[in-house]
Amino acid sequence: MTMDIKSIVQECKDSNNFDVLVNWVPYARTIGMGCMKAGDEIIFTLPANEDNIGNPTLPAIHGGVLGGFIEQSAILFVLMIAEQPKFPKVVDLSIDYLSAGHYRDSFAQCRALRVGRRLANIQVSAWQDKKEQPIATARANLLL
Amino acid sequence: MSESRITDKNSDLERGLNIFLNEIKHSSILGITIDSIDDDGLVVKLPYSDKIVGNPETGVIHGGAITSLLDQSCGMAVAQALAPDFDITPTIDLRIDYMKPAQPHKDVFAFVSAYRVTKSVVFTRGVAYQDGDRDNPIAHCVANFIRMGLGTSIWSDKGNSNQ
Repeated sequence: MTMDIKSIVQECKDSNNFDVLVNWVPYARTIGMGCMKAGDEIIFTLPANEDNIGNPTLPAIHGGVLGGFIEQSAILFVLMIAEQPKFPKVVDLSIDYLSAGHYRDSFAQCRALRVGRRLANIQVSAWQDKKEQPIATARANLLL
Repeated sequence: MSESRITDKNSDLERGLNIFLNEIKHSSILGITIDSIDDDGLVVKLPYSDKIVGNPETGVIHGGAITSLLDQSCGMAVAQALAPDFDITPTIDLRIDYMKPAQPHKDVFAFVSAYRVTKSVVFTRGVAYQDGDRDNPIAHCVANFIRMGLGTSIWSDKGNSNQ
């Protein structure tokens, strides 16, 4: 891993393949997340993974994994939209859990409400079956 | 006399929570274990490992792993607050403030407690820290849990979990 984050982001943008960027982070590999682009839209993916289960009875995804997925989505999103990509620091993260994340594929999309010189305020929505029925929403403030 | 009763209560709880924790795949993957329990709350350990690194340039742990630690720990603080009863208590919301990055190659601990229990909701809070320095935490969290009112079985009934 000698590549710096700036060239990784540029390479991903050029090739329209964000696997290198996503997989650059060991934690993202551990939970098995991915990223795809549909036109200009960036969708983060968290395929069903037995290792992510937090409730064996339902079964359901661990709330912490969902939180980690959301957090990493916000970080990657900021890296992708920044003109000068630099690893942002999460200042705070507030997650609302709306319904159980079942043992199936999950998705997340981010929206930048404000990107200033120092801070970015990012809203994240995560869903499984229907985008209009989020399983969790979150907002995060990141230091750029 | 009363002290030994407290110890008994907490050791029963620790046994029950360990059974519970063992069944939670993701927490086992991360290696989350209970460090200690007393009447003030629980201390839970997240061992350092390469798989939870968030920045490969620095080796700093990803906030997501700390989120998992705190969510899991606060869920267990709920269990402590409701013991010896048991209830299914999904997380309503979780707010984490990151004060500083975790130091690489060091375990992270969470100290959590339920500070208010109502008929419907359990309010918890906690900190994540290293080197035993609770007053200088990596992260602070508050998390609220809803009581589903579905179970009143005692701890020895395994197989239930909250999140």
